[in-house]
Amino acid sequence: MKAARLARRNVLHRPLETGLSVLLLSFGVGIISLMLLMQRSLTEDLDRNIKDIDLVLGAKGSPLQLILANVYHVDVPTGNIPLADAQKVMRHPYIEEAIPLAYGDNFELFRIVGTEASYPAHYNAQVSTGKMFDAPFEVVLGQEVASATGLELGDTFYSAHGLTDGTDVHRDKAYTVVGTFERTGAVIDQLILTPIASVWGVHEDIEDADEEITAVLLKKKNPLAILTLPNLLRDTPMQVALPAIEMNRLTQQFGIGLQTLRAVALLIMGLSFISVFIALYASLRDRRYELALLRTMGAPPRRLFALVLFEGLWMTAAGIFAGLLLSRLGVMALGQVLADRFHYDVTQLAPVQGEFVLVAAALLVGAFAAGIPARSALRIDISNTLGQGR
Amino acid sequence: MLKTDGLRYRYEGGDTELAFPDLRMEKGEELLLLGASGTGKTTMLHLVAGMRTPTAGTVNLAGVAFSALPTAERDQTRGRHMGIVFQTAHFVRSLTVGENLALARSLAGCSPDEAAAKTVLEELGLAHKWNARVDALSVGEQQRVSIARAVVHGPGLILADEPTSALDDANTDAVLTLLRGQAERTGAALLIVTHDQRLKDRMSRHVALNPIA
Repeated sequence: MKAARLARRNVLHRPLETGLSVLLLSFGVGIISLMLLMQRSLTEDLDRNIKDIDLVLGAKGSPLQLILANVYHVDVPTGNIPLADAQKVMRHPYIEEAIPLAYGDNFELFRIVGTEASYPAHYNAQVSTGKMFDAPFEVVLGQEVASATGLELGDTFYSAHGLTDGTDVHRDKAYTVVGTFERTGAVIDQLILTPIASVWGVHEDIEDADEEITAVLLKKKNPLAILTLPNLLRDTPMQVALPAIEMNRLTQQFGIGLQTLRAVALLIMGLSFISVFIALYASLRDRRYELALLRTMGAPPRRLFALVLFEGLWMTAAGIFAGLLLSRLGVMALGQVLADRFHYDVTQLAPVQGEFVLVAAALLVGAFAAGIPARSALRIDISNTLGQGR
Repeated sequence: MLKTDGLRYRYEGGDTELAFPDLRMEKGEELLLLGASGTGKTTMLHLVAGMRTPTAGTVNLAGVAFSALPTAERDQTRGRHMGIVFQTAHFVRSLTVGENLALARSLAGCSPDEAAAKTVLEELGLAHKWNARVDALSVGEQQRVSIARAVVHGPGLILADEPTSALDDANTDAVLTLLRGQAERTGAALLIVTHDQRLKDRMSRHVALNPIA
């Protein structure tokens, strides 16, 4: 019988001690792995949505809010700006591309965003069925919207006023679905796109919203744009914000919380290794007859060392496996919540690079925690142990 | 098979040295090593088994200078050529009876032969315990299984430490018969160490251990 197999049997023979060690380790590994997975989803998601947008032009207010509202569509906008004023910036020689956005209505809480064909083009969103919108009140659905609402080509619907509830419905003008986009992984999947003129059309009778837009996504031609534009807008009701900088600031705010969580996870992992160590050490005292017996049956000391080491590694491996499984379950659960509440998809289960480091480090520390009791197995005096009866 | 010459042993920190009689055993022979408590019976057995290193003298096993081998080699040589029945039966508790026997064969370097192991168990009347947990055995069954384990790999020398001290007359006879039967079947030499005077009448060759020399 191989030492590894006997080790597994021994470990399973002590379900309580083994269970505690495996449970602790799985929590430590699980939390860290969950953080790594979420971090990847978030960074990838943030980057995918920023995609070459250098500046966002909108109404004055919190620059972070401006970014969250117009790049990620998770916050309410800071307000509207007159199209005429915005055009001065859009036509500025330092600007290479400008994508206007105008919105304020929803359908089943999915935002209806008035824009131009350059917006989906920027995110490489291809029309999968139907066609691109080209007249007011024609809409193209993001992939998530299409699957969540069940709207199909040719269907019509009324929009509801505002972004957060569906009670105040505009009954005068219906939108018609003319196409759907392929999945992009960017926020477009969660949006309903239509020409800006539709948004102006819906709001004509309620307020004098004519010729106002919510924001403009800008791509610079010249790096000086970042320095020049804020000055240019100083005395206007408008501002420009830099997505990269605002998101950086936001993740730093997260950072403190994440660091605390990571410290807790590392502490749990540390405890789990102590528990592996204690479980093995206690079991050695319990099993000294057994180990001495193995020697008399022909197992040299190095085999006892390997046996105890393998027992530690089995526990560690089981803990790692359970931890990685836990983090996947966690991502799926969290992904479900985020998808339901924010229409945000974070469910990515493939291993992150950091997880390989995590697994290697855990195995190494596990081997070390088992190594000390394993060494004491080398020093058993078989004659004294077996000669005293009990 | 077994030859000991001038074995002496002094416990660490002890002031007296134990001296042991020389033993000569061929395959198929049996020998009773008889001594009262404190005469170093178990110590002698452990010296023969290579579990202790003698202060002086040598143990020769199957033509090998056994007592002079390094620890790891001594363990392996012991596993291959000896089967030991200890005073108290110990097992690998995470394994079943059958797996304990298989482990003994594998550690002795024998090929895995489940049928052979089952035959031994059957001869000891425990065939139905093959899949039993060792903790679930009665004391008598444990002793029989430990005899099975000592012979399952066909060793040339079977050592037994006080195998009958806790048994009544009927069971003493039964255990002796089992040990002899297994030794005979495999052609092994049988060395029994005991203070049990009852065995004296039942075995022809004895060597008496004298009180500390």
